[in-house]
Amino acid sequence: MLIRQKKTSEVASHEITPEHVYLNRRTFIQATGLIAGSLALGATAGQAAVMPAKGAKFADVKKGYSKLGEKDTPTTFEAVTTYNNYYEFGTGKDDPAQNAGPFKPLPWTVQVDGLCNKPGTLGFDDFLKPHALEERIYRMRCVEAWSMVIPWVGISLADVVKRFEPQGSAKYIRFETVVRPAEMSGQRSSHILPWPYVEGLRLDEAQNPLAILAVGLYGQPLLGQNGAPIRLVVPWKYGFKGVKSIVRISFVEEEPKNTWRTMNSDEYGFYANVNPKVDHPRWTQASERRIGAGGGLGGLISPRQATLMFNGYQEEVAHLYDGMNLSRYY
Amino acid sequence: MSAEVTSPAPAPAFTWERFLKRALKPVVHVLCLVPLAWIVYRTFTNDLGANPVEAIIRYLGDWALRFLLIALAVTPVRILTGWNIVGRLRRMLGLYAFAYVVLHLCGYVVLDHFFDWVTIWKDIVKRTYITVGMAALLMLLPLAVTSTDGMVRRLGGAQWRKLHMLVYPAGIAGVIHYFLMIKAGFQQPLLYAVILTALFGVRLYKRA
Repeated sequence: MLIRQKKTSEVASHEITPEHVYLNRRTFIQATGLIAGSLALGATAGQAAVMPAKGAKFADVKKGYSKLGEKDTPTTFEAVTTYNNYYEFGTGKDDPAQNAGPFKPLPWTVQVDGLCNKPGTLGFDDFLKPHALEERIYRMRCVEAWSMVIPWVGISLADVVKRFEPQGSAKYIRFETVVRPAEMSGQRSSHILPWPYVEGLRLDEAQNPLAILAVGLYGQPLLGQNGAPIRLVVPWKYGFKGVKSIVRISFVEEEPKNTWRTMNSDEYGFYANVNPKVDHPRWTQASERRIGAGGGLGGLISPRQATLMFNGYQEEVAHLYDGMNLSRYY
Repeated sequence: MSAEVTSPAPAPAFTWERFLKRALKPVVHVLCLVPLAWIVYRTFTNDLGANPVEAIIRYLGDWALRFLLIALAVTPVRILTGWNIVGRLRRMLGLYAFAYVVLHLCGYVVLDHFFDWVTIWKDIVKRTYITVGMAALLMLLPLAVTSTDGMVRRLGGAQWRKLHMLVYPAGIAGVIHYFLMIKAGFQQPLLYAVILTALFGVRLYKRA
């Protein structure tokens, strides 16, 4: 399915972003120019993606698909980079930001293997180069019933899949997080999760235009706590599907055993689609707390908001699950 | 230190025992209020991170469980050390534990769900960790109510002691509540479970 551009309410992020860090006029002007260009050329046209120099922002990021509701104000950079679930750096929400210091995202290699015609181990620049960088402002709904709105910079996962030419027998794509106990304090404990962290998608899910591999947010490269240098973003699924610091991508025939499901299959499934009607045993999934949404008592009492089916991306992804019992395949 | 013999109305001599008896409770009161003061301070200085609601609820829950274990430690400490004076703190520490439990619950009811009783009731019924937490609270409630001297007299020592045995299942329920809440990385609740077991162990050993 192609995403129809006319259905999107294209809001330039400088209009809705409160962040000073994000008010970069030059990037914005370049980006608006690129929107016009990309509309004429089609979705796949674009520049070679390159990582910016240290401390700099990405150049040549075109505005990608961002369907936002009225209340979807991007969560502050501060919150997005200090409130994280990334157990490789510890189980507390502030652990990743505090412990990601020693982590060195570059140099980096990504191994692509399994049932595809063009497997290989690629340096990070080579992995990125053929793809176009896009900004996608997505809602992110955690299985723990909190949510954010994050302006990602990333590349289309569908393009990546196409590039490595999966064979007919490949039905799923499997992702693996790096294992570096010396740099990732949480991995020094074997009691937290079995490492490496594994996630997966059905191949048609991976080819959905919403799915991206993110390399940055708020215009700059990802920080360690957000899954540097490259992570999965599938906004219609719970956050734990968004495997971070990816070192291996495999095309496989069988459904990958994703980490949280192997930990506790009653609570976490393979699909993990955001679904207000299917409750997690420990959290109601009918509503969520939007991080930084403000409210009474200095932001302390902020009402929860209703969780939307497929996190509000029903139009884009519901067809992937036609005829499936979503209570069973949660 | 020697007493003042020349003074017309001699003040009682300073002894550590007397000092301890006088100062113990006020000092412990202050100590028990420090965690509460700290979270209030952090709330007003905007130091609770991106999700202050969650931070407050977790913090109060942590301290509720800690105080429950501290209250449960009074008797074992007395048994092990022979410091009978700590026995005076038992009721007070138990009431502080209850107070932190109630604050933890208020955080959940007011800050998290803002009196959305329908959702709260569903949570209590459906989510085991909340069911268990509520059970702990319900077990502690009669203990707090009957904590006065008058109630001890009215119930009679034997009855009162029997009723207050509820603190043990409440402690166990509190630790289970914590265990069930956590997704992975169980060291922290495990530590509480070990402490609770050790405290029970001392009592059983003494009785045997």
